[in-house]
Amino acid sequence: MKRNLLISIWMTLATTALLGIIYPLVVTGLAQVFYPHRANGDLIEYRGQPVGSRLIGQPFTAPWYFHPRPSAAGPAGYDPTQSQGSNLAPSNKALLDRVSASVQTLQAENPNAPIPIDLVTESASGLDPDISPASAEFQIPRVAKERKMTETDLRAVVQRHTQQRQFGILGEPRVNVLELNLDLDEIHAVH
Amino acid sequence: MTANGWFQIGLFLLVIFALTKPLGTYMARVFNGEKTFLDGLMRPVERTLYRLVGIDERLEMRWTEYAISMLLFSAVSMILLYLIERFQTHLPWNPQHWPNLAPDLAFNTAASFTTNTNWQAYSGETTMSYFTQMAGLAYHNFMSAATGIALAIAVIRGIARREKATIGNFWVDLTRANLWVLLPSCVLIALFFVSQGMIQNLKPYVTTQLLDPQTAQVTGADGKTTQQKITTQVIPQGPVASQEAIKMFGTNGGGFFNANSAHPYENPNPLTNFIQIILIFAIPAGLTYTLGRMTGSQKHGWAVWSAMAALFLAGVICAYTAESRGNPLLHGTDQKVSATQPGGNMEGKEIRFGIANSALFATVTTDASCGAINGQHDSFTPLGGMVPMINMMLGEVVFGGVGAGLYGVLVMVILAVFIAGLMVGRTPEYLGKKIEAYDVKMAMLSVLIFSLIILVFTAIGVVTTYGKAAITNPGPHGLSQILYAYTSGAANNGSAFNGGNWNSPWYNVTMSFDMLLGRFFMVIPVLAIAGNLARKKIVPESAGTFPVTTPLFSALLISVVLIVSALTFFPALSLGPILEHLLMNAGKVF
Repeated sequence: MKRNLLISIWMTLATTALLGIIYPLVVTGLAQVFYPHRANGDLIEYRGQPVGSRLIGQPFTAPWYFHPRPSAAGPAGYDPTQSQGSNLAPSNKALLDRVSASVQTLQAENPNAPIPIDLVTESASGLDPDISPASAEFQIPRVAKERKMTETDLRAVVQRHTQQRQFGILGEPRVNVLELNLDLDEIHAVH
Repeated sequence: MTANGWFQIGLFLLVIFALTKPLGTYMARVFNGEKTFLDGLMRPVERTLYRLVGIDERLEMRWTEYAISMLLFSAVSMILLYLIERFQTHLPWNPQHWPNLAPDLAFNTAASFTTNTNWQAYSGETTMSYFTQMAGLAYHNFMSAATGIALAIAVIRGIARREKATIGNFWVDLTRANLWVLLPSCVLIALFFVSQGMIQNLKPYVTTQLLDPQTAQVTGADGKTTQQKITTQVIPQGPVASQEAIKMFGTNGGGFFNANSAHPYENPNPLTNFIQIILIFAIPAGLTYTLGRMTGSQKHGWAVWSAMAALFLAGVICAYTAESRGNPLLHGTDQKVSATQPGGNMEGKEIRFGIANSALFATVTTDASCGAINGQHDSFTPLGGMVPMINMMLGEVVFGGVGAGLYGVLVMVILAVFIAGLMVGRTPEYLGKKIEAYDVKMAMLSVLIFSLIILVFTAIGVVTTYGKAAITNPGPHGLSQILYAYTSGAANNGSAFNGGNWNSPWYNVTMSFDMLLGRFFMVIPVLAIAGNLARKKIVPESAGTFPVTTPLFSALLISVVLIVSALTFFPALSLGPILEHLLMNAGKVF
């Protein structure tokens, strides 16, 4: 008993050094050497300023931007220090009220198209960088009008930013909202 | 549902099938002390460690000493984690200056990570320093996983050995599980994850300018609402990839961030997602092969594997079907799957994973006692959310946690051969060992302890004010939230119906005991069986022996697993998810 207790103590200290400190530091070192950009968060610079990360969604409400999905992370959504979903049950009235409010807003904006479900539901992380291609298509009339572009031109830009399933198999097709909006500002600024 | 969705699920099972033999063979070699390709690298490290710590690697232990060593080690390392959390302001790598944790939260988290549960009543990005994440939490991801593997190996030895008093050396098994299995794999996995976009650094959080500044209603601490301009985004950083690798490979599941594997930095794309779910099942599946190899009955290993695979498929089919159907109450939305949208119940799910990968992840993470999530189970449809709950209630034996799944299923195997023995009226045998009253008593004890802690804690939770205070979804779903929590704790899973207000002294303390009892009280009877079996003689097989290598055995094993948990938990489930499903389809809202 006493021998095993002593072993426990020394074992805890020795393995904490190996697995708790040396291991993550070695991985950090290798990561910083081989993949520095990715290891530091895939940040995007725009006109010399860091404007976000390719992987982390951002809030957009101005009509000339494509809008992301609603988000439960923080008061304006997309607060990366508060990653979370709504955690509302499917039978919770709060969920139904929130969705029907979004449905009304979106119907007013584009009465001709069905509303893709992902555009009115909050993601699991609250930081989902993507929308479905259907949700991008839904917003094309509004954005085109605001930016004074033809829908065909805008659709071509959206298509350029549509990622297909990985290797044609894994995941779902998606459009990265921040990259799309940055590209639009670049090629067809509003102001 | 799409053909592509089913194809991804099929592909996943195929990869697991392909990994089972090589991984199982390798682990058998490691724990039998046979030669492996890593000996040149790891043997010197192992020897140095033994010399430093004072371990005699030739020493063999009886089951009691094995159990005591395991308990002592768990206690000591748990205390160290508690201290790290309580004093993180005095420790390095705390660039955001997160304060020390409150005692109840620190205790809960220490119990949680020591028991391989990884229940999280905190948000990583606003609570834990990088040092606590690395040396406290990720460290326990290694150790609790290695402890599980060691225990499984000890139990296998108990079955394989004849007329021996001992079942191995805990310290040696623990060390070899880390140095030969977990650590080298994790270095490679972590680097692969970084190459895909998972972050790995020790930098302070990054502030970036928003393209489209927002105005939002913010409720202050005094309850007053004010308009606030939000022009920046603060993006957390940290050593994520190194923790993520062991979090999945060791079926731990404790996220670096609050959103766990739904967070884009913790699971950047569909490929990392696919690799993560494979990592969850890899070791547990491999251990069935190790069981076959070490006991000399490879067919038995595969029979156990098949029973597990069948239960996995049943779960994933239910979950995928339920989630694809979507939510009938969300009028005016298009929930149909098409080439341009995933459709279905997308609340609490990420676009890059869609319905198929979220349902698959939820099934796998609860089949094994992983508990990582890539979608919010709380927002799943009632039946889709019931699948994770049932998976945990089966006792985490569908592949199960690393090690824990195997010793858990062996309890069920003993019950299965016992029932078969009753049916033919002979003393049951298992791989040549007579199963007697003592073994069956211990197996029953382990089953009863599990259901007892879940049901008693849940019952107290749903009738007391402090218990009910956690409920955030009214109606039957509220019962599901509490039932899910205590099931998750006792099964050492760690996933949650995440909406609940779990960070209260009541839940921090009761969940701690839920987890500790669920881990250690289950293990002791299992080790007792191992010690008892090791002592027995081998009896030659006869015409009356019930073979444990046939599809009939797999079917019997499945039935025992299902009957035991159905009898125990069906009443509770019928008041939670089943009732919610019926009412929801009748248009009832809460």
